[in-house]
Amino acid sequence: MAVLLFLAQTLRIAIPYLFAAAGGVVSERAGLIGLTLEGYMLGGAFAAALGSYYGHSAWFGVLAGVLGGALLAVVYGVSAIRFRADQVVVGIAINLLAIGVTRFFLRLAFGSSSNSPRVTGFGGEQSGNGFTALVANPMIWLGLIVIPLVAWMLYRTPFGLRVRAVGEHPAAATSVGVPVTRVRYTAVILSGVLAGLGGVYLVLDQHQFTDQMTAGRGFIALAATIFGRWDPSRVGVACLLFAAAETLQIQLQGAQLVPSQFVEMIPYLLTIIALAGVVGRAVPPAALGRAPE
Amino acid sequence: MMPHASTSAIRLTDIHKSFGAVLANRGASLEVARGEIHALVGENGAGKSTLMRVLSGMYAPDSGRMEVADAGGVLRDVTGWSTAAAIESGVGMVHQHFMLVPTLTVAENLMLGAELTSEGPLRVLDRARAAEQVEALSTRTGLRVNPARRVAELSVGEAQRVEILKALYRGARTLILDEPTAVLSPPEVDELWEVLRQMRSRGETIVLITHKLDEVMSISDTVTVMRHGRTISRLRTGETTPQQIAREMVGRDVQLASEMRRDAVLAEEAWVAAPASDAPAAAGSLGSTTFPLPALEIKGLVVASAGRSDAVRDVSFSISPGEILGIAGVEGNGQTELVEAIAGLRRVRSGSILLDHLDITGASVRARGDAGLSHIPEDRHSRGLVLDYSIADNLILGQQHHFARGGFVNTLDIDRIASNARRQIAAFDIRPPNATVPARSLSGGNQQKIVIAREMGRDFRVLLAAQPTRGVDVGAIEFIHGQLRAARASGKAILLVSADLSEVLALSDRIAVMYGGRFVVVLPRAGAGEEVLGPYMTGAEHAA
Repeated sequence: MAVLLFLAQTLRIAIPYLFAAAGGVVSERAGLIGLTLEGYMLGGAFAAALGSYYGHSAWFGVLAGVLGGALLAVVYGVSAIRFRADQVVVGIAINLLAIGVTRFFLRLAFGSSSNSPRVTGFGGEQSGNGFTALVANPMIWLGLIVIPLVAWMLYRTPFGLRVRAVGEHPAAATSVGVPVTRVRYTAVILSGVLAGLGGVYLVLDQHQFTDQMTAGRGFIALAATIFGRWDPSRVGVACLLFAAAETLQIQLQGAQLVPSQFVEMIPYLLTIIALAGVVGRAVPPAALGRAPE
Repeated sequence: MMPHASTSAIRLTDIHKSFGAVLANRGASLEVARGEIHALVGENGAGKSTLMRVLSGMYAPDSGRMEVADAGGVLRDVTGWSTAAAIESGVGMVHQHFMLVPTLTVAENLMLGAELTSEGPLRVLDRARAAEQVEALSTRTGLRVNPARRVAELSVGEAQRVEILKALYRGARTLILDEPTAVLSPPEVDELWEVLRQMRSRGETIVLITHKLDEVMSISDTVTVMRHGRTISRLRTGETTPQQIAREMVGRDVQLASEMRRDAVLAEEAWVAAPASDAPAAAGSLGSTTFPLPALEIKGLVVASAGRSDAVRDVSFSISPGEILGIAGVEGNGQTELVEAIAGLRRVRSGSILLDHLDITGASVRARGDAGLSHIPEDRHSRGLVLDYSIADNLILGQQHHFARGGFVNTLDIDRIASNARRQIAAFDIRPPNATVPARSLSGGNQQKIVIAREMGRDFRVLLAAQPTRGVDVGAIEFIHGQLRAARASGKAILLVSADLSEVLALSDRIAVMYGGRFVVVLPRAGAGEEVLGPYMTGAEHAA
């Protein structure tokens, strides 16, 4: 039973990582740094709260969350592609923007500076840690197939081939008539949608939006993207690994074997180790972070 | 008026194209007949590549008219079309810097932008059909390559084959090749010529951008010469001479490398007869090219690379004062790593480097410079210059400590920097002769002269000259070759690395061929020719 509980909790924690990291893979493979995942998640989460609250349905939440993530991705895309702004600088700005905007509208819509009222989620009013609640939640199922979907898109479809080309060698893609700008916009908006779904999951799972509720999950997803070397299946494994480490920390909380802060460092430590080349060479897409000519 | 079939495949009339203040094309024209190999020649910066990028749809012209024959042979106005439209109409370009995505496979690169998909609602990539088509095209054209391999794993020659295949795969009837031989070994060049001749015999049209006149003479039917963005002349290859083409390219008489080779022999004979006064007296018999005590000695040098195997594997050689050792070889065989290791830019795994018997293996770059080592790096933009610095500042890079006043707060001696710049600009004919303009605003040839002036316009013993004339015009090549010869005559030891075999042959006293990180053979110049060196360059032959 303990093992099952461990797995169930790992899964719950992993789902938002899987969504956001899938977005990270799509964005970075197209050459746009995924620093904005955190902002997309937060934007998606808040929009989901709005949609679910006013639409009285979790599905409205999903729809609104997708739009929220996409909206921030458009802002990022226009700055980085159309205006060729530095992606790191814009990325940080988008994340700060997401915090500010959600906080502002939280006060405006719900008259609170900390959290939204209770919103409709999936799986009825009773949500527990058990499997029954998990199975009833379509977001879980979607989260489980999002990585295989992205892998299929990337390696089996013409669009995926173009995304990979555009992130590696945009000039070569241009020379054969691939509309590089359009491919990049599509990829960055798709990444906003995917990461936004990560935020949606958080809100529907907790039945409310709380200020800055993503709490760095977008950055952990970015770490998973890099640790997984931009390959969807490896990135999926990285998400599960990071989620398992977090679960372990929660379950050991009573025991106080190691301070929880050390466990929280694990994803970042692993990422640094991965980037240092300890577990094979991590070669990012060659045109990552650079505006095409 | 009825449109009628033309004998021309391409007609470009009075094309103008500028990039900011730079006028790349100002009245360029080109007419190419169907089924011919047409050479487009000119110095670097003459506007050849720009004109061809306009033709292939990468740039839109500012003004002018572009006409390309359709499948029925009728010229259609295509002014300012897109790359997709150019490909659609059968105009394909093979770029100098390959337009291939290294992480994708050969088949994926070929179908990128024209993807084959399966039937049905889910349009999935059809890899099997793509591989089949690539195989079929390979067989038909004789351009053999494995469609499943990743481009990153291919040799340069193979990558070029993929580039040509890519254009043909999209149905190109007109193929534009931008300096295709720059990266090939002599046998690979022959193979390329064979492919192009076959294409011509099938009625396909080829435009070949080059600045190598021997290529023009051996392969083309017609030549168009460009200079300063304009079209100067259009000649039948059979009715012209390399000298005439060179004159048209530069606008005055020039000495060609092939002639230089002959003259160099004469010059050396003269030097042997009357050795320069500052040449070392300890020399042995100069006539039999046994040189005096080495100025640079390399023993068992091993340099690691980013990849799995070492970039330089157990290389030993020495260069005497007054000698040029040339290294020939296809790029990527360890030449870059060898030069950078000697220059102190790359860590040496084992072996030693001696400059005038002083061990400099672990010395800093500055210490090497002060010991008398000069280095003309192969890439002037990444290593040779700070493009946004002025000419004057670039002329003291690496020697700034010799231009300081010293004292508690060390400041640069502006007056000495300015006078140094004046002197060097005059001595090396750097244009414009204004020390305060940024290096970025200069032409490639003049940028290179800044590097040459800095490295050769000071007291030095040994010079590492890596690709000293890459991307510079014929006039500057002439000047730089003259500087290298003068340095040899005054007793300097020079290590010359060049991808241009004719340059190595024109300047070197001894020639080493580097392949797979080793010196496969070292020959006196008399025993070296393209035919002799070619097989060593491809690794087909090894010295006993």
